[in-house]
Amino acid sequence: MSSPDTNAEEIIEESIEPQEEPIIDEKREAFVASIKQDLGSGFIDSHIDPEIDVWIRVTQEAWLETAKILFEKHGMNFFNFLSAIDWKPSPFGREMDAAIDNVDDEVAVETEMEWGVAGGEKRFQLLARVHNPVANMGVNLKADLEGDFPEVDTWTPVYPGANWHEREVMEMFGISFKNHPNMVNLYLPTEFEGHPLRKDFPLLSRRAKPWPGIVDVELMPGENDDETEESGEET
Amino acid sequence: MNSEASTQQLSYIANQASDARVNIELETEGMTLNLGPQHPATHGTLRIIVRLDGEQVVSAEPVMGYMHRGYEKLTEVRTYPQVTTLVNRIDWLGSFANEVPFILAAERLMEVEAPARAQWIRTALFELSRIANVVLFLGDMAVQLGATTPVFYAFRDREFVLNQIESVTGGRFHPNFDRIGGIKDDLPKGWIQETKDVLVRIHSFCEEMEDLVVGNEIFQTRTRGIGIIPADTGLAYGLSGANIRSSGVDWDLRRDGGVGLIHDQLDWKVWTHPDGDSFARYWVRLQEVRESCKMVGQILDGIPSGPIMAKVPRIIKVPPGEAYVETENPLGVMGYYIVSKGDLVPYRVKIRSASFNNVSITPWVLKGVYVPDVISILASLYFILGDIDR
Repeated sequence: MSSPDTNAEEIIEESIEPQEEPIIDEKREAFVASIKQDLGSGFIDSHIDPEIDVWIRVTQEAWLETAKILFEKHGMNFFNFLSAIDWKPSPFGREMDAAIDNVDDEVAVETEMEWGVAGGEKRFQLLARVHNPVANMGVNLKADLEGDFPEVDTWTPVYPGANWHEREVMEMFGISFKNHPNMVNLYLPTEFEGHPLRKDFPLLSRRAKPWPGIVDVELMPGENDDETEESGEET
Repeated sequence: MNSEASTQQLSYIANQASDARVNIELETEGMTLNLGPQHPATHGTLRIIVRLDGEQVVSAEPVMGYMHRGYEKLTEVRTYPQVTTLVNRIDWLGSFANEVPFILAAERLMEVEAPARAQWIRTALFELSRIANVVLFLGDMAVQLGATTPVFYAFRDREFVLNQIESVTGGRFHPNFDRIGGIKDDLPKGWIQETKDVLVRIHSFCEEMEDLVVGNEIFQTRTRGIGIIPADTGLAYGLSGANIRSSGVDWDLRRDGGVGLIHDQLDWKVWTHPDGDSFARYWVRLQEVRESCKMVGQILDGIPSGPIMAKVPRIIKVPPGEAYVETENPLGVMGYYIVSKGDLVPYRVKIRSASFNNVSITPWVLKGVYVPDVISILASLYFILGDIDR
């Protein structure tokens, strides 16, 4: 291998070196404090990964207001994405060894919901991200949504790019957006029933076929398996 | 607040006026034209319903979903190592680049870092897949404007790049080579010299394209001043990659993002163009291929020795948490938002693909242009259907 031996060891040592003191990210702390002041009661919670990322959770009513503040005051003019998370514990795809997803007897396995970063209260959470290309800082936004078929203000007046993302969220999660210019399905046919990315929407291929990957396990000719091979030899 | 309201009002009036002008000047009946789903300008099956008045586009509405494969749902029933097989198929011309942000996000959650050699090889393959992807664009845009020759050159020279990717990973289009904590295999013998030869070829390909296409008067007439996207509009629509850099925004995640790849240790330049038209988008991509060649050349000279895998458990369970990692992929910013609950499988994966946002600007940018310009604008935006429909 014609690879010149440069300082590989040094780089590895640096990366392993543990950082004892908790890093305080002043830029992001100040950013969160400013948002908190502007939103008042609309602000619920925040989380900072020092030097990496920041999460802010707001109320459903303050969703559009947050976008305006981020766009106008903080220069977050790059629209990254808008989506949602369904926090309902899913009965599907949990057992890798199960031949198929057996739903009937274990729907009520977990009834308590657990939320991720920056907490949560409701089943559906909006998730969006915007970015400031000049300061090179992005922010993840979350908002809890009330009810089974929630409705929330659209972001299209501030970020026109949210148009298609909101249509996708509408068809995939059943969350509709007030004042959206064109609230129709994006990918799915109009007559499609159900909302595929909800956790209680069964993945049909997963119920009909075993876990992908398990079927690929084939024994080498020399390896001895259990009864199946022996019984084959006897007959 | 006031200024915003008045800008909105002004733009509304301007739109109304342009519509009215179209209707008064040409007393023609409107016509609806279906562009696609099988149009060669669409790299797949995108259908655009174009409402025409004479030769001018009144409105354009893309229709997607002909290739929707539901990757976000499928990732919820696949283990982390199995997900890379899926995400390979998102942007199929630069497959390896799709795996990188997902693996980096999983590594961040697991607090694992790949060894230096793995990071260098990753970056080399990342840039090679960019070359393979964008070289095809350089030929393909020309063929959509009527010049047939460049696309044959593009396919010919891209094959050499794909051969290099194949000899490392075993797959021409779908390498599935990136692993949590490193990469699958080391480089094969003689690969570095072979790749250097290929880079020379790509360099001469770029020169050829500069002469054949960029210097061509017909090409310039059909692209200069066509489909101008101002920087602020592009950003609000989420345009990224070369599309936004050609509007004068100096923002490249390879330089500014700095996660997991080693672009900050290389000597290269971010190219921008002030015009924001179709020509600028072609020109910026041409320069980017040259920069990528430069980067790969430096990587080949400087790959450190050492291990290619960090210590990771055999059965990968990712600790609970959430992470979003994005990288500068051939088509633009691509990111994965992973929600993990500590299982073998991700709880939710949001895939932020570049083309989805890049194409969402088409209703805005196609309004008022002439029919032949629709093709040159679509071609210059450069999207791949797998990257839109996911």
